[in-house]
Amino acid sequence: MSKPETYLLSRTTLPDSHTLAVSRNNGGYAALETVLKQPISREDLIGIVKDSGLRGRGGAGFPTGLKWSFMPDHAKDPRPRYVAVNADESEPGTCKDRVLMERDPHGLLEGILLAAYAMRCEAAYVYVRGEYRKSYDQLAAAIVEARAANLIGENILGSDFSCEIHMHKGAGAYICGEETGLMESLEGKRGHPRPKPPFPAGFGLWASPTTVNNVETLFNVPFIVNRGAAWYKTMGSDASPGNILVGISGHVERPGVYEVPLGMPASQILENYAGGMWRGRALKAWIPGGSSTGFLPPEMVGVAMDHDSLKAAGSMLGTGAMIMLDETACVVRAMSVMARFYDHESCGQCSQCREGTQWLHQIFQRIEEGQGRMEDIELLSSLAHGMAPGKTICALADAAAIPTHSIVRHFRHELEAHVHQGCCPYRTSGAPAQPETVEAGS
Amino acid sequence: MSLPAELVAEFDELVTHYPERRAALIPALHRCQEELGGWISPETMENCASYFELEPVEVYGVVSFYPMFRLTPPGRHVVKVCHNISCDLRGARELLDEVCRVTGASNHGTSNDGRFSVETVECQGACTAAPMFDLNGVYHENLAVTDVQRILGGCK
Repeated sequence: MSKPETYLLSRTTLPDSHTLAVSRNNGGYAALETVLKQPISREDLIGIVKDSGLRGRGGAGFPTGLKWSFMPDHAKDPRPRYVAVNADESEPGTCKDRVLMERDPHGLLEGILLAAYAMRCEAAYVYVRGEYRKSYDQLAAAIVEARAANLIGENILGSDFSCEIHMHKGAGAYICGEETGLMESLEGKRGHPRPKPPFPAGFGLWASPTTVNNVETLFNVPFIVNRGAAWYKTMGSDASPGNILVGISGHVERPGVYEVPLGMPASQILENYAGGMWRGRALKAWIPGGSSTGFLPPEMVGVAMDHDSLKAAGSMLGTGAMIMLDETACVVRAMSVMARFYDHESCGQCSQCREGTQWLHQIFQRIEEGQGRMEDIELLSSLAHGMAPGKTICALADAAAIPTHSIVRHFRHELEAHVHQGCCPYRTSGAPAQPETVEAGS
Repeated sequence: MSLPAELVAEFDELVTHYPERRAALIPALHRCQEELGGWISPETMENCASYFELEPVEVYGVVSFYPMFRLTPPGRHVVKVCHNISCDLRGARELLDEVCRVTGASNHGTSNDGRFSVETVECQGACTAAPMFDLNGVYHENLAVTDVQRILGGCK
């Protein structure tokens, strides 16, 4: 089968793809040059991004151009303005932004500069999760190179546009991937999400106008500028144009990060990119977009991987991180692992989340261990209804409630089997297959 | 004891990146942990509080919030085994058992000889190369149980 057009990963496989020379020889910073030298006005640039239909790739899928347009009028609001780049990739199953940052850091820097230009921001902060040492180092080195080439700093490429890009290292808290938690953390505090409103565009970093964008989102922008909104809309689906990086993990033959047009059926990604389920086993359950999007049954694997199709299917595109479970896996154990995660990562501000995630963890764990009671299943549903939607400051409680609802809805029989048999009826799932070691985090 | 002069010089540079001094606290704590024995001691927190013009309890509140900061001294080598969903599906529990066996450390413990600390951690963003562990800040991915002795055996 012929693979659809790709662009996001186009430079990542080249030798020395992280260097400025390789980037510029392969189209890097061409969009920035066009915008500054032609020039394209800030308003027109926002218009191009709006026309392209680009939606945020961090999980929520909000239209990027519209988000940019929320920044206050510069003439009436003299406060400094910031771009905050969400590189705190922490949603379980998700490892796509890491590929871009490690292998094509200049592509991200160009996207950041275009965003900063469009929104008249004087500085950008790249919040990289602390564990991503290689991403941090590659980006930091790229900033040094770009500054020496007058691509970052004062009067970029001789224009009147000036912008600094600063690196900032997180310290291992999932909640800092939530945009207001990220801003609190960037200010040197605990990552406690802020109630909204006020929204970041009006009251963000240091009480100034701020827009938070995901790495992959910004990475799309130079391509849109170079090739136009019309080209962009030839890929993907009507309401979700462009390509997306899908990370597929779990029980598949070839786990990996693949670039596909939005709207490709999940089954095609599984078969044509990931080589199908491993060892010829059958699919039992799958997660479309990171652990927060919940479990779907195998008969739904034909669903198109885009925002609206997955929403209609009762789930979400999330970060496009597909996690596949084969017939030997225990869905209750998988849920127990995820419930432990949300319990661990709740920041503790809201009681529904602090208490609810703890209870979900305990109840799933006891069911998995064969100590559950039949009434626990209704208790899980009741707890999840008490936590979300919209009952807490941020969506972490929702992220725990959604997979809980999904398992009760689609896999109730597995919960009941654990209770009836007083043990896990499914044998322990797979052992690792590949013998080689790859060092990629240094 | 106060902070080493080299660290203070680094802090002086870090704070120039932000409009408010406190924003450099987390990067500064990372540097303290890297240079001062792999953990953040109460004394380090007091010194940082003084540098950043905060109360020590405010620094403690930050340090204790973030899982990467350690409140006790670790062994000479730190092994962080991911045990989230993608790694669990590919054998993370078996990997952890082998790491504990080879190192002689229990999960969230340190071996008696002080060589190793072992801890399970949540998703490290290596899901398509599961299972994995981080050894002293370096990712080791696509691991089989049989790799553990080879990788950890050379740690002195």
